Amino acid sequence: MSLLTMLQRRVRVIGALLRAGFANALVYRAEFLVWMLTTNLPLVNLALWSAVARDGSVQGTEGSWSQRQFAAYFLSALLVRVLTSCGTVWELTYEIKQGTLALRLLRPVHPLLAYATEALSPLPIRMTFALPIVAALLLGVGWEHLSHDPLSWLLVPVAIAGVWLMVFLVMCLVGALGFWFDSAAGVWEGWFAFYTVLSGYAVPLDLFPAWLRSATAYLPFRLMLALPVEAMTGRIDHLQLLHGIAQQVAWCTALLLLARATFASGLRRYATFGA
Amino acid sequence: MRRYLHMFWIMVRASVMVSLQYRAEFVVESLASILMAAMAILPLAIVQSQRSAVGGWSFGESLLVLGFFVILKSFIEGAVNPGLLKVLEQVRSGTLDFVLMKPADAQFLVSTSRYDVTAAPGVAGGAVLLGWGLVETGMQLSWQHVMLCLLLLLVSLVLIHSIWLLVVCAAIRFVRVDNLVYLFTSLFDAARWPSGVFRGGWAILFTFVLPLALMTTWPAAALLGRLTGGDVLTAMVVCGLFAVVSRRIWLGSLARYASASS
Repeated sequence: MSLLTMLQRRVRVIGALLRAGFANALVYRAEFLVWMLTTNLPLVNLALWSAVARDGSVQGTEGSWSQRQFAAYFLSALLVRVLTSCGTVWELTYEIKQGTLALRLLRPVHPLLAYATEALSPLPIRMTFALPIVAALLLGVGWEHLSHDPLSWLLVPVAIAGVWLMVFLVMCLVGALGFWFDSAAGVWEGWFAFYTVLSGYAVPLDLFPAWLRSATAYLPFRLMLALPVEAMTGRIDHLQLLHGIAQQVAWCTALLLLARATFASGLRRYATFGA
Repeated sequence: MRRYLHMFWIMVRASVMVSLQYRAEFVVESLASILMAAMAILPLAIVQSQRSAVGGWSFGESLLVLGFFVILKSFIEGAVNPGLLKVLEQVRSGTLDFVLMKPADAQFLVSTSRYDVTAAPGVAGGAVLLGWGLVETGMQLSWQHVMLCLLLLLVSLVLIHSIWLLVVCAAIRFVRVDNLVYLFTSLFDAARWPSGVFRGGWAILFTFVLPLALMTTWPAAALLGRLTGGDVLTAMVVCGLFAVVSRRIWLGSLARYASASS
């Protein structure tokens, strides 16, 4: 088989998987809606910080925060989460535990690739959920609290894709721990507790005390949410955004290698009916 | 009654033994629940570095709310969610039949079926936060206030149980709704803040539809002696309504339950 036909086959397989995943999301509409509703944390935090900023702006390390600016920040965070959250860790641990992972192993597609297409395929539906958020950002908050840098806006989709890939790969890595532990989903919840605080999901990183703020520069969490949000709200310029995207690429490479290795060594000790 | 107490004891013991069997996990998850309690302070500390009081609650008073939040969250993770996930699986696979055939109340059986003791350190973490909050506020506790607080905690446990039962009922009717568990967990996160913070739609949602305000803010208010007789009465009425209505819907759902075999 020549390289070209192999590539063609790859593309065809991915296309078919994406279509099947999209159809599946349409079938379980109610379930999908509930999943989307679980992403309500930014709205709760918006209510909280609006209350804090009710009598005057809040002072951060690099700028001040009015109620409107909090609204711009948390609505952007909501947008990023709506576009990038996925449920692979639960799928993976469930299938490892139930033994249904064996079915995936029989197919001529790497299971992690199959999970990736399943997680990506409802993107058109996610986009329709994103529209009202964008409308709220533009009409409710106003353009003046968003970035005016056209280069930033060109790079934001790239950063959002990077966020998705990092979230997905961490989920694969933690989910693959299910080969060893009964409750890898518990590990995920522990991780998520850190993520919620350190990614800028609950509190904008600008409001952190300086020592903690500098610690987040070495951790992956900021790249998994705050990066595109800070760019959209004009808190960082396109050069800083580009720097962040480069860090995302580095983290993604490391995570991909780690997740693949963990998954492969997990498979070697995996014993299920028929595998 | 004694029979039920005895059964309860057996179920708890079995769950504890299962949890202790997986020792590595026991250690990891216990550590995780302590870390989660520690991480819960950070947002509050950041808010309080900006303002001395938010929504009429000082740092110490908010710590009390946070303490009750961590305790109840650990309770949900240790005593509510494990059983809930088990029932949802039973509904899906049809094995709920075996539970229904047993000669005891089905609501009792499904709600006591599984516990996860690794959440217990979280309760201790919440208690530490409560103690810190009491020191911070410099409160003199009175016996009446402590009793009232315990009463309101009981109210929150009943409320959590009723909401839990409603999720199970939804599962019996619609089969595939396991993510309602995650929806409730994500909404419950708002309970870490004193309810005075929320206004408008959120305030209505969190008092009447999903009574989070009653669960964490009111016990703290009781401890501080801020609760009026009317508030206590409201809490009792809401709690009673939730308990009675959820029980009725549960019995209705069981009557409609179409199992795998029938």
